[in-house]
Amino acid sequence: MSASGRIAVHTQQDVVLARQAARQAAVACGLRLVDQTKLITAASELARNAVIYGGGGHMNWEVLRDGLRKGVRLEFVDQGPGIADIEQALTDGWTSGSGMGLGLSGSRRLVDAFELDSAPGQGTRVAITKWA
Amino acid sequence: MERIPILQMGDILLVTIQVDMHDQLALTLQDDLSERIRVTSARGVLIEISALDIVDSFIGRMIATISALAAVMDARTVVVGMQPAVAITLVELGLNLTGVSTALNVERGMRLLGQLSAEAE
Repeated sequence: MSASGRIAVHTQQDVVLARQAARQAAVACGLRLVDQTKLITAASELARNAVIYGGGGHMNWEVLRDGLRKGVRLEFVDQGPGIADIEQALTDGWTSGSGMGLGLSGSRRLVDAFELDSAPGQGTRVAITKWA
Repeated sequence: MERIPILQMGDILLVTIQVDMHDQLALTLQDDLSERIRVTSARGVLIEISALDIVDSFIGRMIATISALAAVMDARTVVVGMQPAVAITLVELGLNLTGVSTALNVERGMRLLGQLSAEAE
């Protein structure tokens, strides 16, 4: 298996495919089951956000190596309306749509590193990393 | 259209989720289940999720909605078979499934449903 790739995320079915790609990457770098589950769950939340709020986009995945340590980095990119108030968007229970408002804040708790870049009209990029 | 099967056992409806659920499938299950509760006058719904690798906020919300919907239709819902890794992730995600009863396995879930409907009598 190659150590990186990209998949399109435009539909609900793509969210399932994004989860599967996240699982393959997680297994490839030897994440234990609980950490696999956390990564895949975060991927599911972020892929769904990209579809529902971002109007679709893509997920880049990459297996990282840092000395002996391995990890997975997933990056979700959309060209949607972007987020005006990032701090507010990262608050539990805050939602701009019909969700529960746990997608961003919950995903951040499930991973080791979380980066969010967004501005109104500039789309949104969220990158998460989980180390084995 | 793809559907999750709903089995009837006496006055209990049994739903075993064995596929990687996409969102439309979850919504279809919600509709199907409410219709089956009406048609069968079921008193209990057992949702078996041991095959699910993840429960994200969408699936969690669907489970909570089914439970609330069934309660309004005079049926109790018990979710059984959640994998430990899924339970840990769910709690960390911040999803507390308020109002949803759970049991470790089908046998204990059936027993719990029996108790819940006896209490409701």
